[in-house]
Amino acid sequence: MSDTILRMRGISKTFPGVRALDDVNLEVLRGEIHAICGENGAGKSTLMKVLSGVYPHGEYDGEIEFDGEPVRFAGIRDSEHKGIVIIHQELALASNLSIAENIYLGNELAHRGMIDWNRTNAAAAELLDRVGLNENPVTPVLDLGVGKQQLVEIAKALSKKVRLLILDEPTAALNDDDSAHLLGLLRGLRDEGITCVIISHKLNEVLDIADRVTILRDGHTITTLPSEGLTEERIISGMVGRDLDHRFPPHTPSVGEEVLRVEDWTVHSPTQHGRVLVRDANLTLKRGEIVGLAGLMGAGRTELAMSIFGRSYGTNISGRLFKDGKEIKLRSVREAIEHGIAYATEDRKRYGLNLIEDIKRNVSAAGLSRLANGGWVDDNEEYKVAEGYRKSLNIKAPSVASITGKLSGGNQQKVVLAKWIFTDPDVLILDEPTRGIDVGAKYEIYTIINELADAGKAVLVISSELPELLGLCDRIYTLSAGRITGEVPRAEATQEGLMTLMTAGQEVPS
Amino acid sequence: MSSLAPTNADLSVDAPPPAPVRKGPGFSLNLRQSGIYLAFAAIVLLFTILTGGDLLAPQNISNIIVQNSYILILAIGMILIIIAGHIDLSVGSVVAACGAVAAVLMVEHSVPWPLAILITLVVGGVIGAWQGYWVAYFGIPAFIVTLAGMLLFRAVTLMILGNRGIGPFPDEVRTLSNGFIDGYLGNIGLGALGGADLLSLLVGVASVVGIVVVQWRARKGRQKYGQAVEPFPLFVTKIVVAAVLVMFVVIQLARFRNLPWVLVLLAALVLGYSVLTNKAVFGRQIYAIGGNLQAATLSGVKVKSVIFWIFVNMGVLSALAGIIFAGRLNQANPTAGNSFELDAIAAAFIGGAAVQGGVGKVVGAITGGLIMGVINNGMSLIGAESEEVMLVKGAVLLAAVAFDIWTKRRAGASR
Repeated sequence: MSDTILRMRGISKTFPGVRALDDVNLEVLRGEIHAICGENGAGKSTLMKVLSGVYPHGEYDGEIEFDGEPVRFAGIRDSEHKGIVIIHQELALASNLSIAENIYLGNELAHRGMIDWNRTNAAAAELLDRVGLNENPVTPVLDLGVGKQQLVEIAKALSKKVRLLILDEPTAALNDDDSAHLLGLLRGLRDEGITCVIISHKLNEVLDIADRVTILRDGHTITTLPSEGLTEERIISGMVGRDLDHRFPPHTPSVGEEVLRVEDWTVHSPTQHGRVLVRDANLTLKRGEIVGLAGLMGAGRTELAMSIFGRSYGTNISGRLFKDGKEIKLRSVREAIEHGIAYATEDRKRYGLNLIEDIKRNVSAAGLSRLANGGWVDDNEEYKVAEGYRKSLNIKAPSVASITGKLSGGNQQKVVLAKWIFTDPDVLILDEPTRGIDVGAKYEIYTIINELADAGKAVLVISSELPELLGLCDRIYTLSAGRITGEVPRAEATQEGLMTLMTAGQEVPS
Repeated sequence: MSSLAPTNADLSVDAPPPAPVRKGPGFSLNLRQSGIYLAFAAIVLLFTILTGGDLLAPQNISNIIVQNSYILILAIGMILIIIAGHIDLSVGSVVAACGAVAAVLMVEHSVPWPLAILITLVVGGVIGAWQGYWVAYFGIPAFIVTLAGMLLFRAVTLMILGNRGIGPFPDEVRTLSNGFIDGYLGNIGLGALGGADLLSLLVGVASVVGIVVVQWRARKGRQKYGQAVEPFPLFVTKIVVAAVLVMFVVIQLARFRNLPWVLVLLAALVLGYSVLTNKAVFGRQIYAIGGNLQAATLSGVKVKSVIFWIFVNMGVLSALAGIIFAGRLNQANPTAGNSFELDAIAAAFIGGAAVQGGVGKVVGAITGGLIMGVINNGMSLIGAESEEVMLVKGAVLLAAVAFDIWTKRRAGASR
């Protein structure tokens, strides 16, 4: 038996248009806690999905060796059979079922097809004891907080005789006490001989718990390092350093007056009582300026943007908004649009477009009143407007009567942009405007953003790609765990500097 | 207004050269949209042959329209609800309740019939508002709210009527449901076809002229804006087909007695609601909500208010159908409207509405309703048993939705 429990060699995985993993290698030693670090989109989650059989053998290239023998998983059941269990960031518990039922879901302790409840509950109680969760096994999961639900997931993994436990961002949604408990539990499991792979953005946590760290960047393995003597700076320099591979159109900003100011903005989670998503955020946007908002997954970027956009996300929102120096209150999306604020979503298919309708009806969706006379839409004008954007934004489609669902990602994004440009906003918030689109279309989107700024609009760009923010923005805010941790002018911004700010302050108790 | 204002198309993107735009056929037959009309034509043809031409006899055409009028009215309201992604199971009970209200007002309290009709329509609107509130503002699925409504309003009907029917209705109401426009201008001879009512014929001619003028102006308007229009021969063919259909129905009706009043009412409703769904901001928002609720919300559509009002609308149309149905039977009946909701829902889905919402047309729902009406009528003419009629209607409904899903999957695969 070798000391290596898992060896992944030359793993490559391609999605349409994107190479998510390119010749990735990973070695995990028996009984260690192994952390995987990388920016959003570096390929961490994809790699773990390959390992756990979510992407079955044949959908990826490369070899996986577990316990010294090559394995080819056809599905998640196969990998669980071998003792590899993955706990996803979004917990997969059936909230109306009890703790015990969840632990043995799909793996019921049954005799001749009938569930043995006594044995189930007793066994569950034992597992709960092991993970340090002092709850009755018959308690419904929805009565538990996220931290305890996480422990139920781990108990569930233990019930499957787990040997390699994979945790994807396990502490992202936890408060400090729960995080500390969870990390202590992982150490305990390691001492019992269970190997852990943990994906985390919290670098201090990684250094605290991991024995070794593998860094991924853009689908490549950068390096694997022992955590002893490792510093956050060293990890960051491995995570970033991404090439400035996109060309950026030249742009000379002409920054004008302040147009939007956000003061002491605090947003609470609509689903988890008491959880703060954004805390005391302050930011200002000026005419003609392109401002970046950098933050890792779960930092609260989208939550901040959507809460400003007519309270379209979050509860218990407090803070003040000033438009052109005057305080405004935006209670609905309609009011936000009327005040000249536009928000283009990060998920255009789910939140941005009516995919079964044609281009012109999507372009007019947010500004329909501009085309209407007494409640009646002038569809010839609508055509003219949409046709104008099709030409000016270079939307590649035979006509504006083409169905948006059939367009490529880049062209769909241009339709979303056209929709918001048509509302003639003063402030455009663009959430991941180039996600999932090819390099050529990205260049065009950058050009459009520059022209919007030149037309006197304030543009706030939210992006996971630091080079994009560096290439595009005049000023960049960093957001970490719901707090604005920095404001950096373009001239002073570096990827390392931003990443340090983006991971800063995570240990501050909330 | 900045230089990015909508009318300025000056955002030039110069990086990559535009890819050559592929010229699609553009006017290839859209099977998903036009399939329903072809199916309707096929079904009419089939039963015309099976009945030896009786299906299209003057009196029978009149019967089909009058017998199905209330279902068609309900189908108009239902298609709006289904486009928005909801459902209304209560319309049958609301029809009964409103019929009962109308009867109590007119028969027992001798309220003048125009006022009684107005009050009944308002009652229908209030019922719709009640259901709309629970669906839109309280967030209960429409399926549940209207299932409850189905029971509630049937109970209300029974409370109003007890176990008896109330009638008879004033002549004016019966005329609206069952009667025909008077032949003010007398008859003229149509050679071999015999005598026909002149006024009806003139209305038919006026409708055809109206269709031609409206279509021609729409075409000119589109051309003025540089939009692609259908090839001229296709445009002419479509208009000729429509004109022949209208004139055929009108001549047959004119040969029988005259135009039924409900046909006039229905024509007005179809026209009005077609314009509403195609051209009104409100109508557009219904499609936006059904197509992608989140995107509509984030585009500033007041989703709750739109949902509320389409249920109010459904209530008013149910009241109208209730009055017409009661007038036709000449009494309000506790069992009136039983299973009307199913016919109205089936009409909408046969007429091309999508199960997920976002798709559907008023004219499609009317066609769907007529398909079922023709099947009912044609099969009874050839002496089929009622269980056979049910069997065929069930199969047609299933086939229509299966076809819709199949075409969608095929379209998805070609992406």
